[in-house]
Order: sequence, then C-alpha cells, then structure tokens
Amino acid sequence: MGIKKITFAHMGTSALAFKMLFQDLGYEVINPPVPDKHILSLGVKYSPEFACIPFKIVLGSYLKIIENNPHVIVSAGGFGPCRAGYYGEMHRRILNELGYNPDFIFFWPPLKKPLNFFKKIYQLKDKTSFISAMIALKRAWKKLKALDQIEILSHKIRAREKNHGMTTYAFHRGLTYLDEARTTSSIREAREAAVEELRKVPVDNQRSVLNIGIVGEIYVQLEPAANFHIEELLGNMTAVPHRTIFLTNFARKSPFSHDSKAKKIAKPFLPEMVGGHGQQSVGDVVSFSQQGYDGVIQLAPFTCIPEIVAKSLMPYLSKRMNIPVLTLFIDEQTGQAGVETRVEAFIDMIQQRQKD
Amino acid sequence: MKGFLGIDVGSVSTNIVLLNDHKEVLISLYLRTKGNPIKAVQDGLQDISVQLAGTGIDIAGVATTGSARRLAGVVVGADTVKNEITSHAVAAIFVQPEVQTVIEIGGQDSKLIIIRNGVVVDFAMNTVCAAGTGSFLDHQAVRLQIPVEEFGQLSLQSNNPVRIAGRCSVFAESDMIHKQQMGYSLPDIIAGLCEALTRNYLNNLAKGKDLKSPVLFQGGVAANVGIKDAFEKALDKQVLVPEDHHVMGAIGAAIIARETVKNKGSTDFKGLELSEFFYRAESFECNHCPNICEIINIFRDDVLLARWGSRCGRWEQEAHHILTSSKRW
Repeated sequence: MGIKKITFAHMGTSALAFKMLFQDLGYEVINPPVPDKHILSLGVKYSPEFACIPFKIVLGSYLKIIENNPHVIVSAGGFGPCRAGYYGEMHRRILNELGYNPDFIFFWPPLKKPLNFFKKIYQLKDKTSFISAMIALKRAWKKLKALDQIEILSHKIRAREKNHGMTTYAFHRGLTYLDEARTTSSIREAREAAVEELRKVPVDNQRSVLNIGIVGEIYVQLEPAANFHIEELLGNMTAVPHRTIFLTNFARKSPFSHDSKAKKIAKPFLPEMVGGHGQQSVGDVVSFSQQGYDGVIQLAPFTCIPEIVAKSLMPYLSKRMNIPVLTLFIDEQTGQAGVETRVEAFIDMIQQRQKD
Repeated sequence: MKGFLGIDVGSVSTNIVLLNDHKEVLISLYLRTKGNPIKAVQDGLQDISVQLAGTGIDIAGVATTGSARRLAGVVVGADTVKNEITSHAVAAIFVQPEVQTVIEIGGQDSKLIIIRNGVVVDFAMNTVCAAGTGSFLDHQAVRLQIPVEEFGQLSLQSNNPVRIAGRCSVFAESDMIHKQQMGYSLPDIIAGLCEALTRNYLNNLAKGKDLKSPVLFQGGVAANVGIKDAFEKALDKQVLVPEDHHVMGAIGAAIIARETVKNKGSTDFKGLELSEFFYRAESFECNHCPNICEIINIFRDDVLLARWGSRCGRWEQEAHHILTSSKRW
C-alpha cells in the first residue's frame, strides 16, 4: 500500500498545525473543509435530530471528505457525562452503515490520559521512528501556539481598526505564512511576520473598546463557522472578545490547568460536575466579572445539557456578580441575522449601562 | 421646522414615524411589508412627501430599525441604523420614563426588555418558536373567519377559557380545532388561545427575570385586548398599552435619529423622492478564499449604492467611497 490518506474535522485555525503534523508523520493529508451550508445539510441529514450542532457539522465534514477515501480519521475524545464522549464512536458507526470503513483514532489531552496518548501516537506514527514522531509533535505544538497567539492579537486589533476588514485580511495573510512554515525556525519567523502584518493595520488607539468574555462549549467556541464568526462580529462592533478555550490550553488540561481553576471558582454556585464545559462556563463568568470585564457571551449548542445547566445559573450570576450575560444557543435553525441583532443589542446595552 | 424620521422595517409591517423637534408624532404610517422592504419604504416616503407638501417641514435626520434595517438604511441614507431592541426601549422610556418592563410582540418575533432607572439591563428574544406572534394570530383569525381586530373583544366575552396547548403553534392549532369539534364556544376558545400564547411567551422569555411595574405592552399584537388581559392575569399587574403601540420601534428610531444628528451636525438623508428610482439587490458568492462569502450588491438605477457580506472587507474596500455612511451599524 502506498501513502496512507488521513483527515480530521476542521476546528478553527488548528487545522494548519494538524496538517503539518500528519504530513511529518508520513501521511497524505486530505484538507478538512471549512464548514459551510452544504456540510451542515449533509450532517443534519444523517444525524439523529437531537444531536448537537458540533456532532452534525463534524459528521457532515466526514461525509464530504469520505469521497476522497481517507484511510484514517483522527478525532478528539470527549469527557465525562456529556454525549460528546460517544460522538466519535457514533460517527464511526454512521459511516460504517453508509458503507465507509476508515480507521478512527481518538485522542484525549495528553496530561489527562498520558498512557493512552502515547499508545495513540504509536498507532498513528506508523513507520516513522518514535523520536521523529515526538519532534514532529513538538513542532506542531509550536505552530499551534503561534496560531493562537496571532489570533488573540487579531482580536485586540480588530476592535480598534480604522477600516473595516483590514485586520481580517492581515490575519489571513498571517495564516498563510504559518501554513507554509515547516521548520521550528521558520515557524518562529512566520509568526513574527504575521504579527508584523497585524501591527501594520491602522488603528485608532483613542477608541474605547469593550472587553467581552466568551464562555461555553469547546467546538462552538473554536470553530468560527459554527458560531457565526462571533469574534469578528464583536470586533466590528469595537469589542475585544476573550475566549476561554484555545486548543493550546485545552490540550494542557490537567489538575492544574485553567479549566480546573474555573471549576474551583464555580464550586460555590455549581458544586456538581455536569459534564462538558458546564461547570467551567459558570466559573469563567465569575472570574470575568472579578477581572472587571464588561460582559460575557455564553455559546452553547442547542440541546447541550451541560450548557443548559450553566445557562439556568446565568440570571443569578449576572445579578450577583453584576456582569451582563448573553446566552446564544446555536443549531442549524439559528439565523445569522438573529445573532447579529442580539449581539448588537447586547453591546448597546453595555454601552448605555456604562454611560450612566 | 425640523422633522425626524424613524423607519422600522419588519417581517410583517413597515412603520414610518415623523417626529417634530419636540418629539411629538406628526405622521405615523403602518404599512404591510409584503416581502418587499424597499418597495414598502418607497411607498411610505411617497405618502409622507404628499402629506408634507407645503407644510415647511424639513427632514433633519433619519434612522432605520427592524430586520431590514441595514437595507433600508442604505436606501434612504440613514444617519444611524439601530437594532429593534434598543429602538423599542428608547421609545418605551420616552412615553413612560418610569418603565421597568417592556413586552413587545411583533409579526414574527417577541421580545422582553428589562429596564431599570431608564437603562436597559437585560433582554430576551424568542429563538426557536414563533407561537404567539402576529403571524400566528393572523393565520388563526383567517381560519376562524374573524377579522384579527375583533379577536381580542371576542375573547373578553368568555367566562370560562378552555386550556389550549400553546407550546407549539402547529399543535396549538390542532388543539383549537379539537376543542371546536368538542363544541366549546368561540369566545372560550379564543380566550384560551390568548392565555396559552401568554404562557408560551412567559415560559420562553421571562424565566428568571423580574418583571416589575410599570409594564408596557407594545408591537402590533398589543392591539389585541385578549392578550393584554391574559398578561394582566398572568402577571397580576396592570399592563399599559401606549397609544402608538404599533409604531413604537419607529418612534424609538426617530428619537435616536434626532440625537445622532445633534452630535453629527447634518443628515445623510437622500430625500423623499425615492419612488422615482429603481432599486435592486443582487448577490454572488466570492470564491477568493475558502470562506465563500455571499456578497450583496444594492443598485439604484444600475449605480452601485452599497455592498456588504465579505468578511475580509475586500469588496467593501473597493466600494468604499459609497459606503461611508453605512459602515458601522
């Protein structure tokens, strides 16, 4: 057999890092498509009606790439009593029923399940030596960190940009630099070039911007196509979004990481683990308020139990911690216009509250 | 004399209000949008231009709101484009400065706005369900062959409202048919429907929110005394329906226009003679990058008037000189 073909689901900018990793491990990478209307309808067609939007989009993406006959699909595993833990397996079965049998490899954050992680790497690395695989992994990690870094910078700049769209344009150029960079030193250079590109965007430093925290489920936070590009939307309304989940902090999930701290903060309000990112969302709202943020947007897939539990606490938290919270439930029925209206009214409301 | 226009283009109706400098309503129009927002705005402005002839009133500012706010804003040359939640809140605070709760039910959406000390502190908008909005009531009125205006009066005649399942508009309809077949009187069924829709609204939007008096009820559905009555019973509070309840969004927009122009100094209004022009909207998919944005072009007599939809801004940059007024909404 020749070179194996591998693919995975698109999730924000991380696709660029995974692409490089799998190429380094000797695979031919089938580029994961950016979720669009077509992918969503494919996913909706073959998913259970009450599955959440991440499930549907990811399934739709697999169905779209399956035509290219991937041998391996890599996916993230879920945690705890949230349905997402079964989703990888469900995806595999649905594909099987439709007559496709790619191998699935599920990954969990390395610090949570270290043995499992290395077993999976072993399975994935194929003929590559273990040392080379580790070097490739480290390089991919560097790229992931660089991607997150320029994304965070783009959020800060977009809220202050003088001409609409300049930041997004510069950010996309930066992404192409990083995509082309294949060695540790070129990744560093590409990152610096991307930062430089963003710094060149003309900004109005006098403009007063709002700082909006973003909490909620991981997939709808990380994939802009799933959350109506909410970070760009906020940026265009002169607000800086501060996401709580980045793949680089999620992958470092451990007893000492950010989400564990958030859960500790959430304890007085929600002592139970409710699965998914529910407890974390609650803790994050509390810490955003303590840090003096102007508001919080909770992103939740429709029918997502952990986020529903968290949402029911939001009116209380909002009052108690004195911070405005807007919850957006996302599913295939959600319309762009509705999201825009709500976010715009939310930003208006915060600005008026502060004027008084 | 100065006049300020507020234009609220919604799914069902297009409302236009003209205020004078003292925020008094000079003209208010309530037109059906009929799926053609540009035409509705053109017709409305035509009507206003006829009514204004010889009065010496100059349009000194204009703002648009409602679901077609951006499109309407480009067509008329709006000084500002505001979302409908803010517009409704501004109008409510204007007619009742002490207001703490605003219930707004329009053609296809419903909103709840919580206000404290004249500032919006919280809001909710229906997401998954349009039961209880104007379109549904319209539909039921047609089915029962009663003019929708008489709906509320009929419900007040009921002494014993039946319980209708109001969770979903389709099931509400089948439940109503079922109750009709069982032989309940029409007023009891209609009163039951009003209660069911009120329940649906409160369950969907008001969970965990503190609805304090004074409560204002606005939007087209506020004309229905049956729903107002059901709200008063459910909340155990007096519910006030302002005189101009059906055009509150437009009033709010006109007030916002007045403030904006005060800060800005001049208006971008393109004049009342819009009906002489031909407008059309076109869209295409940009294949420049994997985002595949849908770009929308608005033309006035074959001249590009506005363009939006590209995330990277490249199409907007190109049309920059015409877009200056509608850039920030």
